[in-house]
Amino acid sequence: MKFLNRFKLRGGVHPEGRKDLSVRQPISSLPLPAFLFVSLQQHIGAPASPAVQVGDRILKGQLIATGQGTVSAPVHAPTSGHVAAIGDYPAPHPSGLPVPTITIEADGEDRWLDAETPADPFSLSPEEIAVRVGAAGIVGLGGAAFPSAVKLNISRRSGVKTLIINGGECEPYLTCDDRLMRERAFETIEGIRLIQLAVGAEEALVGIEHNKPEAIAAMKSAAAGTNVKVIVVPAMYPMGWDKQLTRGLVGKEVPAGGRSADIGVLVHNVATAYAVQQAIRYGRSLVSRIVTVSGGAVGKPGNLEVPIGTPAQALFDACGGFRETPVRLVMGGPMMGHEMTATHIPVVKGTSGVLALTPAEIGQPQPAPCIRCSTCVRACPVGLLPLEMAANIRASDLNAAVDLGLKDCIACGSCSYVCPAHIPLVHYFNFAKGELAARERSKLKQEATKKLAEARNERFERIAREREEAARQRAAKKAAQEAAKKAAEAARQDEAVT
Amino acid sequence: VNTLTHSPHAHAPISVSKVMATVMLCLLPATLYGFWLYGWPAVFLWSVAVTAALLSEALVLRIQDRPVRTALLDGSALLTAWLLALSLPPFAPWWIAAVGSVFAVLVGKQVFGGLGQNVFNPAMAARVMLLISFPVEMTLWAAPTPVTSAHAPGFAEGLDITFGSAQWDAMTSASLLGHVKTEFTRGTDLFHSLPGFFSTDAAAWGHRAGSLGESAALILLVGGLVLIARRIITWHAPAAMLLGVALPALIAHAVNPGRYLDVLPHLLSGGLMLGAFFIATDPVTSPNTGRGQFIFGLGCGLLTWIIRTWGSYPEGVAFAVLLMNAATPIIDRYVKPRIYGRDQRGRALAVEAGK
Repeated sequence: MKFLNRFKLRGGVHPEGRKDLSVRQPISSLPLPAFLFVSLQQHIGAPASPAVQVGDRILKGQLIATGQGTVSAPVHAPTSGHVAAIGDYPAPHPSGLPVPTITIEADGEDRWLDAETPADPFSLSPEEIAVRVGAAGIVGLGGAAFPSAVKLNISRRSGVKTLIINGGECEPYLTCDDRLMRERAFETIEGIRLIQLAVGAEEALVGIEHNKPEAIAAMKSAAAGTNVKVIVVPAMYPMGWDKQLTRGLVGKEVPAGGRSADIGVLVHNVATAYAVQQAIRYGRSLVSRIVTVSGGAVGKPGNLEVPIGTPAQALFDACGGFRETPVRLVMGGPMMGHEMTATHIPVVKGTSGVLALTPAEIGQPQPAPCIRCSTCVRACPVGLLPLEMAANIRASDLNAAVDLGLKDCIACGSCSYVCPAHIPLVHYFNFAKGELAARERSKLKQEATKKLAEARNERFERIAREREEAARQRAAKKAAQEAAKKAAEAARQDEAVT
Repeated sequence: VNTLTHSPHAHAPISVSKVMATVMLCLLPATLYGFWLYGWPAVFLWSVAVTAALLSEALVLRIQDRPVRTALLDGSALLTAWLLALSLPPFAPWWIAAVGSVFAVLVGKQVFGGLGQNVFNPAMAARVMLLISFPVEMTLWAAPTPVTSAHAPGFAEGLDITFGSAQWDAMTSASLLGHVKTEFTRGTDLFHSLPGFFSTDAAAWGHRAGSLGESAALILLVGGLVLIARRIITWHAPAAMLLGVALPALIAHAVNPGRYLDVLPHLLSGGLMLGAFFIATDPVTSPNTGRGQFIFGLGCGLLTWIIRTWGSYPEGVAFAVLLMNAATPIIDRYVKPRIYGRDQRGRALAVEAGK
């Protein structure tokens, strides 16, 4: 029995869950859209580079773009058909700016590429598992979308004692992980055991919030007889923050600026574990994911298994359309998700939900003056002083905000959520972080310019020096010749005299 | 669709005006009890304080060209005046309440930049100003005459007490702390001054002279506990302030019971309950962290006890709170939460060698 270090958990808020909207809907599929828009920047790191050409016929699961550099992930075809276009298409980002995208016209057959699969996945070597996970294009499905193979390799090399599987799903509305654990517990547990094998972890702990009793029961029964332990954690936001979960489950904190591996821990999401199982057992690349479609404006909220690249509109259509005009469309959860500027934005690997919200749900009235009630201080899971940081940022004193720990802020939104004065605290922090990054960039640029100028000066000096040297050598040579000539002359005269 | 949106796309059902309203709701029972004890004059005084505060707030907002309605509706001016009224002698003349309220809003709050910007608790700043400027009016207490009792002042008589020049000397009485202080100056110790003047029962029920807030000490305690339960305030400042008074009182009384008051008279007297639950918890003028609030409350309590015991004024809550208000920025500078993955000083935790 693992002792839960509850007392070590700090901060957090209890937003209205709103999970009842979609939690009773089993995972279902939606009609295959005619076109899929597969973004090449679906992960943290360098964008993938296209490996197909317009007009190519492709099968489901076929590689269409390769990863670039050490931190990147390949992208695969989410269905069979042909490449209709390679170009820019709006990304699921608040800016709505276009990113390189491969557009696929589906042929409706949805035919998988034949894949070679191991007879016994557990006979694979850890290295082999990591290679396969990387080749399948798996990234963190909890939202961060960090390439999973990179994490596996770092952890295997530095040694990991505890594998933590994040089944927290603390964001309101989202039920995709809950449904996955209920309906595909055996596959998920197998995925967890494969990750455990890949990094050589002694123990594997699955943290699930206590408000998901069905998922807990399903996972517990699937884990019976394995060394995977299911641990019930309190339901609060942000319980699913990997470092919060780590603090709760192993009682240790990841040092600032460090990685989970520094304290012998690796954290993966349950959906990632499922994707790993699919990739290793069936050779299926990550080409679809489970997405919660919810919000007060959605006709029939539910959980859909969606091919990557499906436009959000298709998801809403499959869930009964809008019952009223939404005031805000969100990709992800309401606490940390981004606004979608339009419904033709496609689903990416990190999309856990698409929400259509009503005015009553977003509730963002005009900000009032801060009354220093420090509710935000109590809510902050990191231990920051949001009110002081915001006051400094307002006064353009970004350095003071950094001294208060701005860079440790995880933008979870707990402070903004509870602020009685409705001050958009996270907005301030994100602005300041952006501003700091811009300053950092301009500083780097200045330094680079300075270095170039210095190098140029040095080069000029060197050339001048070399010229001088050459001139001096020439002069010396000349002088030597003169001297030799004179000596010869003198010798001749001597000879003549004698 | 809004062009500039940001997460979170949800908000807790809370607002500044809801916070203020909850605090006022928790003050209401004590206030009504005070009205019952002191009758019409108390009602008039409270009304004058509130009206003066709202008018001066509206005036300042007008001058600054800020939206009057939204600021008035946040309830902060109303609450300030309410707290001030609870700390005044119930039979004080109307202009005491008016001058106090105007001072609280103008000098106590708006001069600093309005809500959230003031350094000192406006109600306590006003009370101290009144006490220093008008010591006679501010220390003339009436014995409670519940509305149902025979000598209770009627409506007309009440008007005369608050707005006129009615002589109500027959009803004057000293507050406990005042009485003890006066007797000390005459060389009478507690063994002789206290019997017949203080009984815990009467004090608990408020049947002794004092402000509205003093008389209803127990009801205020309940109101304060409700605020804690509703998570409007935390336990740190109130518990520490009560502790700050009770602890030295316990020790000193054990050492010399003739010189130093016992714990219960201290806890039930003066503005302590009001101060601990409704003044020391003022978010604007108290520290940001739980530990900071505890230190702040402890300081308020200790200073209160020191002023009550050795100061020249009988009561010290207001002074103590103002002094600790001044210390709040220092407390906030040194008492900060520990950041995740860092030690108390902000350095990153060491990477464990053995894991």
